[in-house]
Amino acid sequence: MNTTELRETLLDVRNLHASFGGIAALHGISLSVIANSVTAIIGPSGCGKSTFIRCLNRLHEEVPGATTQGEVWLDGQDILSADVDPVTLRRKIGMVFQKPNPFPAMSIYENVVAGLTLAGVRRRSVLNEVVEKTLNLAALWDEVKDKLHHPGSSLSGGQQQRLCIARALAIEPRVLLMDEPTSALDPISTARIEELIGELKREVTIVIVTHNMQQAARISDKTGFFLLGELVEFTDTSVLFTAPKDPRTERYITGRFG
Amino acid sequence: MRRTQPSALSQLVEITYKRRRLVTRAMMIVLIAAFLVATVPLFSVFFHVVRQGLPALNMDFFTHLPAPVGEAGGGLANALLGTIILVVLASVIGIPWGVVIGIFLSEYGKSRFAALVRFSVDMLASIPSIVIGLFVYALVVIPMKRFSGLAGGLALGILMVPTIARTTEEILKLIPVHIREAGLGLGVPRWKMILFIIVRGSMGAIATGVILSVARVAGETAPLLFTALSSRFWFGGLDQPIASLPVQIFNYAISPFEEWQSQAWGGALVLILFVFVTNIITRLALRRAHGSGQS
Repeated sequence: MNTTELRETLLDVRNLHASFGGIAALHGISLSVIANSVTAIIGPSGCGKSTFIRCLNRLHEEVPGATTQGEVWLDGQDILSADVDPVTLRRKIGMVFQKPNPFPAMSIYENVVAGLTLAGVRRRSVLNEVVEKTLNLAALWDEVKDKLHHPGSSLSGGQQQRLCIARALAIEPRVLLMDEPTSALDPISTARIEELIGELKREVTIVIVTHNMQQAARISDKTGFFLLGELVEFTDTSVLFTAPKDPRTERYITGRFG
Repeated sequence: MRRTQPSALSQLVEITYKRRRLVTRAMMIVLIAAFLVATVPLFSVFFHVVRQGLPALNMDFFTHLPAPVGEAGGGLANALLGTIILVVLASVIGIPWGVVIGIFLSEYGKSRFAALVRFSVDMLASIPSIVIGLFVYALVVIPMKRFSGLAGGLALGILMVPTIARTTEEILKLIPVHIREAGLGLGVPRWKMILFIIVRGSMGAIATGVILSVARVAGETAPLLFTALSSRFWFGGLDQPIASLPVQIFNYAISPFEEWQSQAWGGALVLILFVFVTNIITRLALRRAHGSGQS
């Protein structure tokens, strides 16, 4: 995995702190995400993994009582600074959630283009093209091309999650955040999504939170191990899982706690 | 000791089991009684109204003005039309008002101001409808110096607000947080997310709440008594007194004439059928929406 070292850094997180209602959840996280790579975040429940990626698209601050400090640099701009509009930022940093969440009462088609139509894109030819392209990227096109106008909720859980990936890709983000995207899915759907992630990194930079260490080992280039709001270790995935430097990482990946 | 224990235990189990069966039976009887208490009055009212009201229903009933005292025939056509006009007017006033309050309470409902709004809406819901009528009498009828359809529609509209607001709030709260976050995560501003994802996605259920409240106010009498009053003539403008089915039923029912009393039963039947049919249709529509819409 030495090739990743040669690529440029896309997201640079520096000394990130976050809290909920006075309780600190992250204590000074610093890490760099390399363009067109998959970065996995692992760690036991409550270690701050989800809070971390929710800071990156500033969804964290939508929770009442939540605070964020530190810097996250993207394209020469600190995206946490007050003069960055979170709404604009989220068009660059998309997100896929733990539970598949297609929008209610919208068809498959409407779900995919929701981010565009709600931003005022109306032209049918543009939308049609985006739908076909992103559903192909999300490996869902063949399964749904004949029923694009069926409700999004009529799909299976795994298909719904791929629909949500297509929806996030439709606005062409630079970064795709995935918050345990397969934890609500069966093993076959999980395998499909993992395969998809491997292909998607050509288009987009991926940061994925996962409970599943095997998953992190299978799909990511770099892995960060979080514990109690701290980044214990962050290195190439192959190194982290074979020769961790920190004894806490070793105990976690060998299943002795967490 | 060890050998006798299981039989003592099984005896105990046997006793508890018998007791449980008795309790189950007793509870079943209580439930059936509760069911009868709830449904017997409903069906007895319904059948009584059908028996008394059906003979009064004919073509004239739906197409003619009330006949003068002492003359046979005539109908309640002006009251039917009047009720439709009043309900439309009430809807125009009450639906937007109620839905907007419901959206506010669900989406921005954590502030102190929202708590005050919620409390006020609940208070409004518990105010007797005749008091709402009095309020509109003071607000509209006295300054205008006449009873009017406008005042009646406003009274009914105010009456719709609390039920629509609270049902809309409850319906919107059913949409999970992660759907809202998915909307925000797509770079959609909060207000757009609320209107075009959350509210749009709940349209069917909101419409159900709205229709049920429309059906409810269609049968209200008290708030119309001194707002819309009543009329023996066709609709003559919103600033004029206007006939309505419930008030006409009230006037006819307390009259000494058998012809009128019979027509009051007819009106009551039409009103009950209207409420029944809207209820059933919306419930069926809701069930269908639930079947395919929700995951």
